[in-house]
Amino acid sequence: MVAVTKLRAADRHGEHMASLESIISVRGINKVYPGQVHALKDVDLDFPAGALTTLLGPSGCGKTTLLKIIAGLLEPNTGDVLVKGRKVTAPGPERAFVFQDFALLPWATVLRNVGFGLELRGMAETKRNEIARRYIDQVGLSGFEDKYPHELSGGMRQRVGLARALAVDADVLLLDEPFSAVDEQNRRKFQEDLLRLREIERKTFIFVTHSIEEAVYLSDRIVLLSRRPGRVSQVITPQIDRSGSPEEIRRDRAYLDTVEEIWQGLRQFVD
Amino acid sequence: MTLFGYRLPMMSSLVVWCLIWEIVGRLELVLLFPPFSGVLAALVELVQSPKFLAATWTTITTFCIGMALAIACGVALGVLMGRVRAAENLLGMWVNVFASAPLSALVPVLMILFGMGEKTIIVSVFLFAVWIIALDTQAGVKHITPSLIEMARSFGARRFDIYAKIILWAALPEILAGIRLGFIRGVKGVVIGQLLVSIIGYGELFELYSRTFLMEEFWALTIVLFAFALLVAHLVGLLEKRVEYYAGVRQ
Ligand SMILES: Nc1ncnc2c1ncn2[C@@H]1O[C@H](COP(=O)(O)OP(=O)(O)OP(=O)(O)O)[C@@H](O)[C@H]1O
Ligand SMILES: [Mg+2]
Repeated sequence: MVAVTKLRAADRHGEHMASLESIISVRGINKVYPGQVHALKDVDLDFPAGALTTLLGPSGCGKTTLLKIIAGLLEPNTGDVLVKGRKVTAPGPERAFVFQDFALLPWATVLRNVGFGLELRGMAETKRNEIARRYIDQVGLSGFEDKYPHELSGGMRQRVGLARALAVDADVLLLDEPFSAVDEQNRRKFQEDLLRLREIERKTFIFVTHSIEEAVYLSDRIVLLSRRPGRVSQVITPQIDRSGSPEEIRRDRAYLDTVEEIWQGLRQFVD
Repeated sequence: MTLFGYRLPMMSSLVVWCLIWEIVGRLELVLLFPPFSGVLAALVELVQSPKFLAATWTTITTFCIGMALAIACGVALGVLMGRVRAAENLLGMWVNVFASAPLSALVPVLMILFGMGEKTIIVSVFLFAVWIIALDTQAGVKHITPSLIEMARSFGARRFDIYAKIILWAALPEILAGIRLGFIRGVKGVVIGQLLVSIIGYGELFELYSRTFLMEEFWALTIVLFAFALLVAHLVGLLEKRVEYYAGVRQ
């Protein structure tokens, strides 16, 4: 029953990812929006468990569409999404979404927002609050439990969105440009926190971004999508030593080379 | 307002008008206007009379029942039209027509349908208030950020939860604005309904006073009704201030 794609690992998790299972696979995805907008064409992809894979591509190439299809929020016209080898057509507890515009309930406190995924699953209040507090602490928002979203900065709001997704303990986190509405300083801080969080949480991340630097800084794998109709044009596996400080990583030879390589790959899509 | 350099309190212009009324009344120019002091005396007597208390009770109960029905149906109808395109196409036009139609014209028909009793009053309160509540609710539901609903779906929300935990709350400022307007229209509904039915509540009293030329009582009752309408509008206004605060921080 478990259709597993073996992938060769080539990243910092080298040892324990020597033979990787793909936790999510998409097969032959086509998506045509009403009005003959062909957003995705024949997309086949595997997402290795425990890795952070970035979807990168020109604006309007279908990144959000692909992510929402994986989340089960959108239906493809053809093709399947497999989670741990099983076909899915709707959202499920093994996947959690982080929204570009945060999608927080404005009438609810940080505590309730973070616990909202658990609330929808019918968990009792004391239990879900306890879990929510733990993740609020983990994303660095302790002391803000009783604040409302409008009292927080953009960066803090997205931390709430991230904590909410972490709290349901899904295997896969789907993040759609989570930092695009966050200012540059907070963005960098957030990126570093995300790297740190990955070490603790051992989850699979699928990440959409516009920024080549961000993709290279964070990712184990980078999938380049072509201009609409979006299809996979290249998969890059950056070999970056992330043991150093953020500044060291950003000056690293491999980091700079990979940024350049991706830029060359994307250049053809820029008019 | 200032007079000869002195700041006058807010209601002082009212005193001037009352004085003019008193003078016109004393001159006995028009039969319609008894002196204001007489109206005040009648007012004091009126609010103590069992007839008035019974009429007030009828008015308040019919108003509350009618409003409760209007809020329940109006919100449900608005949510339906906001979420289901077919419902919007089918009902939207009629809701708009009824929201702006002169509904007083329908009250005689209601009397035929529902008789000359409280039922007709309740229905007219309902009909005056329900459409604007439905329209405002629909507007609120249509403006919900789609990602809030996607968020709930992505965490496995059932359909009921999406309505109870997202849609109603996100549209709350518009729903409450609609209810506020509905209250003001509902007051018109209860008054016009009673006047036209004219054998129950204040309508009966008005009918009695105007038929027997008891002008002092007539004006006293009018003042009571105006005060009732102003009070409702004011209470709803207080509610709305809090809602506006909430709507402002929504984004
Ligand atoms: N609901 C829709 N109806 C019609 N066309 C749509 C719809 N949603 C998206 N599209 C179109 O499909 C294409 C892909 O959209 P999508 O949002 O997936 O792109 P994206 O890669 O996320 O873009 P961006 O980088 O700007 O976020 C775009 O050209 C967009 O205009
Ligand atoms: Mg997008």
